[in-house]
Amino acid sequence: MKWKTQDGGWSPYLAGALLGLLAIASVYATTEWMGKSNYLGASTTFVRAAGLLERTFAPDRVAANEYFIKEKVRVDWQFMLVLGIFLGALISSATDRSFKLESVPPTWEKRFGPSIGKRAVGAFLGGIVAMVGARMADGCPSGHGLSGMMQLSVSSFVALAMFFSVGVLVAALVYRRRLS
Amino acid sequence: MSIDQMLGLITGVLFGFLLQKGRVLRFEKQVGAMLLNDMTIFKFMLSAILVGMVGIALLTDAGIITLSHKPMNLGAVLLGGALFGTGWAVMGFCPGTSIGALGEGRWHALFAVAGMVAGAALYAELFPFIKSTVLAWKDLGKIGLPEVLGVSPWVIIPFFWAGTISLFFWFEKKGL
Repeated sequence: MKWKTQDGGWSPYLAGALLGLLAIASVYATTEWMGKSNYLGASTTFVRAAGLLERTFAPDRVAANEYFIKEKVRVDWQFMLVLGIFLGALISSATDRSFKLESVPPTWEKRFGPSIGKRAVGAFLGGIVAMVGARMADGCPSGHGLSGMMQLSVSSFVALAMFFSVGVLVAALVYRRRLS
Repeated sequence: MSIDQMLGLITGVLFGFLLQKGRVLRFEKQVGAMLLNDMTIFKFMLSAILVGMVGIALLTDAGIITLSHKPMNLGAVLLGGALFGTGWAVMGFCPGTSIGALGEGRWHALFAVAGMVAGAALYAELFPFIKSTVLAWKDLGKIGLPEVLGVSPWVIIPFFWAGTISLFFWFEKKGL
């Protein structure tokens, strides 16, 4: 097995195994220092970001919203974790020269052309649907996929199976021309 | 910065670093998995799970950490999971990877991030309705596979390892 990929990345098995170690260390550290076992996740942060943004023009609406009250609109541990993902990816890609400005990914371009506008609309609408789904299911591929599976949570097995099977179906419809 | 925030930031930087080194942040890798021709994200994710599940079970047995299962609410997980899968395929990122993709220069992820923030605001608006419909259907509670099967996690983990390692060999054989 190769430990490096052709473009200077690490074997996904190696990088993944190290992430497993990080996940264990993180649960331990949060339990020790925050008094509560926190597991890696990302999607709740989008709720808090929405609340923080909406609060700038409609503070009363945010204060009265049941869901925002439930999830607590604040810059917490997970919010900083998500900001950290940006920094970590920036550091890694800048130091191994894999940083690349990309406006339209190749697979998308092959199907929908080089229009940035079309890609923007697709990504935006896809983002809305995906986030409504992630909040409904109470997790995304981080919270359910990584953290839930590590804990052998029943809901995470089902959620991941749904994410992927429906993803396969929709990807076939969207990116393969000759289907209908 | 509070200690919580500092801890989150450090963990996040390492998380983002490993996601980028594993090359799993890219649209091509995510959609490649859904088109069944590149299993990089599964190699990465399942490797993390294999290692993580052992450590989590050990620390739980030692009474050091507590598990935090997400509720097995049937309507929520089935419908929410299907909606997520649909949006994921079109967007080509998941919430965590969209932020990481921005970090490695794939700036079109910005539209995905904006969509997800809008989706979160929409969910907050719809919450009372969803709570009384989808979420009210059937909640089986916060359950783990060991309780459901009536066995110790240490019975499940070897099977999970064996199945996943076989899958890895199959991926490599097929060049996925």
